[in-house]
Amino acid sequence: MSTLSLVTAPLARVPGVAIALIALCAVFAVTSPGFATPANITNILTQSTILLLLALPMTLIIMTEGLDLSIGAVLTFASIVLAITAVTTGSPTLAFLAALAVGLFFGLANGVLIAVFDIPPFITTLGTLGIAQGLSLVVTDGQSVVGIPRSIEAIYSGAVVGIPLPVILAALAYALTHTLLYHTHFGTYVFALGGNREALKVAGISVRGMLIRAYIFGGLMAGFAALLMTARLNSAHPTAGIGMEFDAIAAVAVGGTSFERGNGWLLGTLLGVMTVGVLRNGLNLLAVPSSAQVACIGALVIIALFIDGLRGEQ
Amino acid sequence: MSTATSKAAAPRFALSGDVMQTLYRVLAVVLLCLMLTALSDVFLTANNILNVLRQTALLFLLASGLTLVILTAGLDLSIGANVALSGCLAASVMTLTGSPLLGVATGIACGTVIGLANGVLVTTLRIPSFIASYGMMWMLTGITYYYMAGETIHGFPPGFRQLGSGHLLSIPMPVYVMVLFLAIGALFAQRTIWGQQIYAIGANPVAARLSGVPVERRLVLVYTMSGAMAGLASLIILARINSAQGDIGEELTLPAIAAVLVGGASLFGGSGTVAGTLIGALLLTLVLNGMNLLQINSSWQPLATGIIILLAVWIDTRTRRVGE
Repeated sequence: MSTLSLVTAPLARVPGVAIALIALCAVFAVTSPGFATPANITNILTQSTILLLLALPMTLIIMTEGLDLSIGAVLTFASIVLAITAVTTGSPTLAFLAALAVGLFFGLANGVLIAVFDIPPFITTLGTLGIAQGLSLVVTDGQSVVGIPRSIEAIYSGAVVGIPLPVILAALAYALTHTLLYHTHFGTYVFALGGNREALKVAGISVRGMLIRAYIFGGLMAGFAALLMTARLNSAHPTAGIGMEFDAIAAVAVGGTSFERGNGWLLGTLLGVMTVGVLRNGLNLLAVPSSAQVACIGALVIIALFIDGLRGEQ
Repeated sequence: MSTATSKAAAPRFALSGDVMQTLYRVLAVVLLCLMLTALSDVFLTANNILNVLRQTALLFLLASGLTLVILTAGLDLSIGANVALSGCLAASVMTLTGSPLLGVATGIACGTVIGLANGVLVTTLRIPSFIASYGMMWMLTGITYYYMAGETIHGFPPGFRQLGSGHLLSIPMPVYVMVLFLAIGALFAQRTIWGQQIYAIGANPVAARLSGVPVERRLVLVYTMSGAMAGLASLIILARINSAQGDIGEELTLPAIAAVLVGGASLFGGSGTVAGTLIGALLLTLVLNGMNLLQINSSWQPLATGIIILLAVWIDTRTRRVGE
């Protein structure tokens, strides 16, 4: 492996995700005439917002050496609850609060099961994935929820001074997460949870409390993303968010956050989200079926983890 | 409590603890059967019992390979997607060539190659198993849907269909396959050096490596076996439903994981048995069958499976904490 590390050592200083993103953009700009147009770029940015809302908390959770496989299913269930509340009460505010409540509940459940009951994160969230998915099916009986008030749809299609509203909301979420991670004690503890958990315990910090907060943050962001997803689809469907957790994990992994050592990089996640968004958009323009896109993203994750593994050896 | 303590300290030698754990599970099966007999007129009919056995056989085949992976403290989330791809490839080879033998070979070979790939990702590339097999799951799902393009392949040779829907002495064929692999699996895990090395890796990988166990090669072996069993299970499904679609594996991974964990294997590795997994598969099938008989909407099934997984792992972590 020593010769391999010789090759990878200089590369490790350049963010691999930036290279990947530029390379993908160049390839699609050449192969597909519709790619490098202002309309399409706005389109990519808008479509990436939901993914970014999931990938931001996923970064924090993976930094604590955790994982949240339930985030896509929670997003789906929150979207269904949001839609049903909006249809029955007619109040978008109440509907949004209901979606946040669903997110809070599942985030808290994940956090307590992981931190207090010591159940490994991937199996905990696999279990809650089944529960959230089951609830979505049970509540809707497999049908779509339609008849959502216009005011909700406007959240996705609206724009302020030419910038799409979802992009503004996603930028606010990014700023919030950045502040949380780099400018609060909580953020410092998140770094320590992955890198040096023992030191936290010695310093008298409640490791359990910090873990629970990280998963609650994930749940709340899924509830927030449910607002954008419902507004985008103008309906809620029990399978709408299935697999979104995979795109989010892919974005975080491609962005260079390590699954084993708790090193995280929030800007990397933003670039990772853009990479996944560009890949999906470009493949769409080239008329590649969405099934093959999933296979491409799967391959992308394995390559990203492979590179991460090589870096870990240095 | 003394049994639990000795079990956690030395799983291999604390026979009495293991026997007690198995007895609890058998008791749970008996109670569940009694309950279902009381609640439903249909439960205790020959047809339904054979149906339960057939379902158990299928779940056990998938879960038995997974048991070996979980014994090493790993996880294989790709088995359901593996079933789908292996099954669809086997189906198209069978309808193209008309040869059941080639179809069977394709299904098992495809499953084995996927398992081998998982093993390489986990050992050579050192990717944590749950995330490697998770990436693999999505890759396989994508390939399967792309390959099938929404089509269904159906109509297999009658000889092949015997594998899934045939009977011998009025017992379904899959049950014989299950018994065969129970014997092979139990003998392999408990009575061979390789099997014991797998337990050692799960209990303490560093100690295993220091005492000369070829850890990487054994890990590749367990993932390959898990993949091969998924390939075999896909054939049983094909033979049973006489058709193949891109989504045949979609709802198999969670129940298989649940069966292994309910069967007493620990996610932390080193403890659990193939026979335990059979009881786990039977318990889970009884729960799902009972929900069907009581006409509970099938939408509740993933929810129930999720809760069962969480309960099983919680009990396991509690028992371990008492042991410490």
